[in-house]
Amino acid sequence: MKGNFIDNLPKVYGIYTGGFLGFIIIMAIAEQMGMTAKTIGICFVAFTVAIYAIIGWLSRTAQADAYYVAGRQVPTVFNGMATAADWMSGASFVAMAGGIYFKGYGYMALLVGWTGGYVLVATLLAPYLRKFGCYTVPDFIGTRYGGNLTRFLAVVVLTVASFTYVTAQINATGTIASVALDIPFQYAVYVGLVSILLCSMLGGMRGVTWTQVAQYIVLIIAYLLPVFWISNKIGAGFFPHFMLADEVARIGELEQQFGFVKNSAADLANVPKGLAGITKAHSAVNASPWAFISLALAMMMGTASLPHVMMRYFTTPSVKAARKSVGWSLFFIFLLYSSAPMLATLSKLSLMDPSLPTGIIGKSIADVQAIDWYQNWNAANLMFVSDFNGNGTLELNEFFMGGKAVVLATPEIAGLPYVISGLVAAGGMAAAMSTADGLILAIANAISHDVYYKIIDPKAETAKRLVVARVLLVVIGFAGATIAAMEIQGILGSVIWAFDFAMSGLFFPLVLGVWWKRANREGAIAGMALGLISGMGYLIWVRNGGSGFLGITQLTFGIFGSAVSLVSMVVVSLITSEPNAATQRMVDEVRVPSGRSIIGKQ
Amino acid sequence: MSKQAQHWEKTRSLLFVTLAIWFVFSIGIFLFGAEMNEVGGPFGYPLTYWFTCQGSLGIFVILIFWFANRQEKIDEEFGFSERGDN
Repeated sequence: MKGNFIDNLPKVYGIYTGGFLGFIIIMAIAEQMGMTAKTIGICFVAFTVAIYAIIGWLSRTAQADAYYVAGRQVPTVFNGMATAADWMSGASFVAMAGGIYFKGYGYMALLVGWTGGYVLVATLLAPYLRKFGCYTVPDFIGTRYGGNLTRFLAVVVLTVASFTYVTAQINATGTIASVALDIPFQYAVYVGLVSILLCSMLGGMRGVTWTQVAQYIVLIIAYLLPVFWISNKIGAGFFPHFMLADEVARIGELEQQFGFVKNSAADLANVPKGLAGITKAHSAVNASPWAFISLALAMMMGTASLPHVMMRYFTTPSVKAARKSVGWSLFFIFLLYSSAPMLATLSKLSLMDPSLPTGIIGKSIADVQAIDWYQNWNAANLMFVSDFNGNGTLELNEFFMGGKAVVLATPEIAGLPYVISGLVAAGGMAAAMSTADGLILAIANAISHDVYYKIIDPKAETAKRLVVARVLLVVIGFAGATIAAMEIQGILGSVIWAFDFAMSGLFFPLVLGVWWKRANREGAIAGMALGLISGMGYLIWVRNGGSGFLGITQLTFGIFGSAVSLVSMVVVSLITSEPNAATQRMVDEVRVPSGRSIIGKQ
Repeated sequence: MSKQAQHWEKTRSLLFVTLAIWFVFSIGIFLFGAEMNEVGGPFGYPLTYWFTCQGSLGIFVILIFWFANRQEKIDEEFGFSERGDN
């Protein structure tokens, strides 16, 4: 399979997709023949994880080039799929539709931010870093600015940002594994971790690339199939994206009719932690322009600074391919992101509309409590009703749901067969695993390549470097899993922080490294260190009751961090001497797509 | 002006144009989110709502492909395009 593998990719993944669809059909038939829901769940998760493990094993390698950058031969479209899987985390998959469902417009800034950031990636960074020929993001910083301190600081920022992110992903794999395999969360986290390491340990970036493509295929099928099915089933339209205008308007009417009644604190105290009611308008603008724009801006700049995304563009065969590949990445992301609001709409309408058979608002509380799916999801701590006003009827403000339930429970509420729920579990697992793999690899590669090889032991042989890289992979994975097992924060909070950390420390050092020749080492050191410290300081201050300023919240603290980073980097660069002639020539070279890369084979 | 400087000049203008379009659809229009939402948008969705669900996202996809093609033309014009790849 080697040699010709790249040419055969469409065929290989075509067969794979067909095989997966066949598997879904077999499961559907098995369900009709009486296979239990639990067995179906186990089959879905075990089957897909086994496939990823096989791909991981087939991609094993002993070459540095293959381990770090997949041999730089990943075609544009496939790299786009891999990036999309790398990018779309367990949170995008499981929590995004829920966020839209509960928070509406204010939350949708994330949709704009997490896609708009790719324009920055394509124009400002990806092609230039590809030309540079680096293995890791700190490799670029260290070579462009010179000196071990710059390299080390870049590794620090990368580690802080990526580690914040990875614990959330391992947590998500653990949650799904614990539900699907019915084992306690503390053990499920490690089952998730082993699955993650199976993909990346032997093949490094090569293994991760080909498993991520496979994971993308699973996750996109798992997301789109229920959305289309539900839309057709409730008669909302066969292509929901273009046909839900009436449903969106109907939700607006129902909101008017039911009204948003504010619950008293005493009543809310009875609601289980993590569940929320519908308190915000679905399609109306419910956030101030700055609240929306600042969140979108932070996510866009964070996107362009997150190393696990950037390093995917190091694997394309050329600079030209890197640019196109960003476009494909965003296209594949768009397929899921544009469907999330549709799912939120369908989910909300099926619960709210009394004229639909699934509608529960306005029914008697006793009737709702007798519904099968209500009992299941109530037992899973994701749904709750309570008759606050004592009238025996369920009001809009008396129904509570967890954010995850929008994706996980809607298929069941709409009466889809259980096979779809099993598929959704496999999709969520794929989304969380692929992102966790990218992140753990980004951290382990940065430490093994930049700290160990470039700073500590530049004479190390390839075999030894790859052993170090793999040991680090396992250590970092276990550290992440251990923290995830403690269940400190919700999935989404820590995901957003990762973007803010990354943009605080890395956005301007990366961008100015290409676009401003005058940027020098001292400036970069100041930009990274002060950016990260001030961003982190702001977060700690706001978390401890600080009032903040300019409407910058704990979700957008990167705006403050990156502003400090920009100012300090420019000021320090200008008061110190300009970079030497060799560095300036290097920047000129980076700006031209043709010719050799700056760093050759390492 | 050297060939390389001219190439960079054109590359930079393309960057500014691309970022200007990006700015309009990621930030600019949301300054008027409340007003725009009163207007009907494509497929009958409220306009701002449509932009957040599909519009801005789709425009970014098209924008990146457009940018990549323009940049390739610039590279070809100055003989800086790479050979032997796709």
